Amino acid sequence: MSYTRPTFRHPEQQRNDKGYFRRDYEGAISTLCAGCGHDSISTAIVQACFEMAVEPHRVAKLSGIGCSSKTPAYFLGKSHGFNSVHGRMPSIATGANMANRDLLYIGVSGDGDTASIGMGQFAHALRRNLNMNYIVMNNGCYGLTKGQDSATADKGSAGKKGTPNPFESIDLCELAIELGASFVARSFSGDKQQLVPLLKAAISHNGLAFLDVISPCVTFNNTATSTKSYQYVREHSEATGTFDFIPLQREILTRYEPGTTQAITMHDGSLLYLEKLEQSFDVTSRRRSVDKLEEAKENGRLLTGVIYVKPDSQDTHDIINTTLRPLNSLDQSDLCPGSEVLAAINENYR
Amino acid sequence: MNRIERVNDFVIRFANVNGSGSASANNLFAQAIFRMGIPVSPKNIFPSNIQGLPTWYEVRVNEKGYLGRRGGYDMVVAVNGQTLLKDYNEVASGGYFFYDSTRVLPDECQRTDITVLGMPLTELCNEAFENPKLRQLLKNIIYVGALSHLLDIEFSVLTDSIQRQFKKKPKLAEPNIQALEIGLNYAREHFTDSCRLSVVRRDLLTDAIIMDGNSATGLGALYAGATVAGWYPITPSTSVIEAFERFAGRYRIEDETGRRKVAIIQAEDELAALGMVIGAAWNGARSFTATSGPGISLMSEFLGLAYFSEVPVVLIDVQRTGPSTGMPTRTQQSDLIAAAYASHGDTRNVLLFPCDPAECFELTAQAFDLAERLQTPVLVMTDLDLGMNDHVSRPLVWDDKRRYDRGKVLSAEQLDALETRWGRYLDIDGDGICYRTIPGTHPTQGAYFTRGTSHDEYAAYTEDSGAYERNMIRLLTKWDTAKTMVPEPHITIRDPQSKVGAIFFGTTTHSAYEAINRLEEEGTAINTMRLLSFPLTATALDFINSHDMIFVIEQNRDSQLKTLIVTDNGILPNKLVPLTNFDGMPITADYITEKLEAGLAVSTTTTGGSK
Ligand SMILES: Cc1ncc(C[n+]2csc(CCOP(=O)(O)OP(=O)(O)O)c2C)c(N)n1
Ligand code: SF4
Ligand SMILES: [Mg+2]
Repeated sequence: MSYTRPTFRHPEQQRNDKGYFRRDYEGAISTLCAGCGHDSISTAIVQACFEMAVEPHRVAKLSGIGCSSKTPAYFLGKSHGFNSVHGRMPSIATGANMANRDLLYIGVSGDGDTASIGMGQFAHALRRNLNMNYIVMNNGCYGLTKGQDSATADKGSAGKKGTPNPFESIDLCELAIELGASFVARSFSGDKQQLVPLLKAAISHNGLAFLDVISPCVTFNNTATSTKSYQYVREHSEATGTFDFIPLQREILTRYEPGTTQAITMHDGSLLYLEKLEQSFDVTSRRRSVDKLEEAKENGRLLTGVIYVKPDSQDTHDIINTTLRPLNSLDQSDLCPGSEVLAAINENYR
Repeated sequence: MNRIERVNDFVIRFANVNGSGSASANNLFAQAIFRMGIPVSPKNIFPSNIQGLPTWYEVRVNEKGYLGRRGGYDMVVAVNGQTLLKDYNEVASGGYFFYDSTRVLPDECQRTDITVLGMPLTELCNEAFENPKLRQLLKNIIYVGALSHLLDIEFSVLTDSIQRQFKKKPKLAEPNIQALEIGLNYAREHFTDSCRLSVVRRDLLTDAIIMDGNSATGLGALYAGATVAGWYPITPSTSVIEAFERFAGRYRIEDETGRRKVAIIQAEDELAALGMVIGAAWNGARSFTATSGPGISLMSEFLGLAYFSEVPVVLIDVQRTGPSTGMPTRTQQSDLIAAAYASHGDTRNVLLFPCDPAECFELTAQAFDLAERLQTPVLVMTDLDLGMNDHVSRPLVWDDKRRYDRGKVLSAEQLDALETRWGRYLDIDGDGICYRTIPGTHPTQGAYFTRGTSHDEYAAYTEDSGAYERNMIRLLTKWDTAKTMVPEPHITIRDPQSKVGAIFFGTTTHSAYEAINRLEEEGTAINTMRLLSFPLTATALDFINSHDMIFVIEQNRDSQLKTLIVTDNGILPNKLVPLTNFDGMPITADYITEKLEAGLAVSTTTTGGSK
């Protein structure tokens, strides 16, 4: 059931650059369990879009099936949404993006939705570098079907049922890098400080921006034996570095030390400053990024933050050379060759 | 021996090896008949293989214009050692067997009721040409040259065709023409009055074209303004997208930039292919996919989503022989039920049935209008025979006054002008079709959440039984509206008194008409209805209601069209008599004639002889 939020306005509420209030980015009231990580991610999406002054009607939000995939109902209520079928969000997003390259596409999926049933579509949206933000709300289990292990559950991790997962887990970030994603980041639903700027950077990226957000399922997988619990994630995450996202046309206020910071210019001109914990780490190197993920794993740590960026990547439209005008804006005069041409075509078949 | 003696009315079968370059020689032959103005229908019977297995090419020449398969072969051209004996035995009594006599005929070939025409094709070819690759190709051209003598094909028509084919590479035309001459000269010297089959120029085809259905379908999508295609390769549908891409490469390039006004994505599987189409259609672009039976099975879940969330998608199903992988390169009309009721839950999809290239073009274009008008999936049901073989057809036509019908889509101005609350699934016109909006249209109005879960009139999630039922019943109202919008059947009443009818569709059409005309000549009138769509229109139902015994002729085992008719309209099953062919080969007029006669005989004995 969806409930509509009562409309009251705080007198101090501010408008963003485009004149929208924060509430213009909110959605219906969530029906997820109280404390579910997914809700915090929805809030972060609202904040990021508000602060980036994205026009709500220029966003399309898409999802598959699962608790996570329900969240598009709970953010950006003024945007068009498409809650599709289990594991198939990427193909819907691909078609939608092909039809109109000018909208911002935010895709939400779960770890079951992406790492199992939707693995194929996930892989191929990545390798085509579809221009979208692909967010996995990763809780290591199938929330909506009552807590079965998912393919991202760590080996040995045990949820509410208590049976340790006997299989290897899939690291979606590592896979995404290998499959051709041009922006890969990991975060935690409980770390808004990190998640909001990551979402903003993803929004300003051209190409597929993949975000793996660990998002504890309080009902089925927040146990002391689970590696996707609030406590475990808090204790074991390790950031690639602190970073700042500076949207285009904003003044740079901080002084960044050369040598310890890496500056990356995003597609839209925004800047990403990464203050690195480790000198040698270069987020634009695919190889170093995969190494870094493996290193952290060896040390029993969960690497978060920006993991890989290829700022100047070509998206699907660039690759297939489509017109810069949205295809859905072309009319009959643009598309139909007419009867004279058809007469000539007939002649070729005589 | 009684030699078959016929002018402009015979069937010739070529037996070749797949991948040996026989296709262009055989095409040249069929095209020559076409260019002499005589109706002709070539059919490729090919294996699911790239090189080495047997392949046949059947050409029916018929000046009366009967272009379905007839049954039987008056002449066989045998250039495949693997199948030589079988080919020999299949020649009709009194017919002609033409073979490569570089090798002697096996001892088993002792028939005295056929004319055997041996010609040392390999030897002649090797003498004349050095290049081994060219030799293989030209051996086939040599027999075409010989046939021009045996069947009286105008030699200049053949040489003109070659010149036309190699307009851009005249050097290649030379050896081809030389090969034709070698064949012609040998045949002239060695075969005098050997063959009583012949062709005579008739110029019956002044306006006609000869084209494969898939090219026409791809072109139909282009003319209809499709801009997004998601697809996954599968025989026999691949060439629909290839044609679309080919024509788009010519007619969809932006002048100033050279960029493409089309996005064609080869998907990772059929699920994704249809997902892309749904995403694009939801976002306001005309989009489509083309597939065959196995793809329909995979697309089933998504078809249900499009049906229930009311997204206009166009799907071309070029049917092949099922179930499962079946016979991938053989034809059938066996996806009807899977397509009409694709997906779990209560679903019904609109189907269109073209029977020739002109209709492939028109019905595909119309499918886009219907899909958007009805906001539902529309499936164009063709088949391998129609899609991959060349067919003589009236030319493709496009009326420049025609406008794309995008259906009920609200613009920003219309959203502003609304006086009452808009509901995506609110039926205000009573036809079951509601107003949709395209993402990005209006800053504050018209956004909604599309979903495959149950929704109320305002697109909000609901588990309220009443709201769910209202929605499902509205979808039925829409189904009734569809019955008034789909193309009408073609009905021919041969005898208003007759209570016997026949229903058929698609590629069954041509052989069915031929068989029924034969019966009419013998005094039995069967009224006919060629269906162009499912659901059935009121006119179609009238036809069924006004006949007592109706043959339903189709190319599948389980009488799928009959099932659709019975299920969707509550027709008594007993009055519909199945007449099916499901061997994977296009149904023949001989077969239909025989089955109709048998069926009528039974009915005469059981009902006491009413007409
Ligand atoms: C084809 C299909 N199979 C199975 C299901 C049942 N199902 C619904 S949600 C889900 C798993 C969801 O897990 P995840 O994507 O991790 O989302 P979460 O609920 O954990 O956020 C499954 C198996 C379905 N809806 N469709
Ligand atoms: S079951 Fe788990 S994932 Fe689903 S809403 Fe509850 S806490 Fe969230
Ligand atoms: Mg999950």
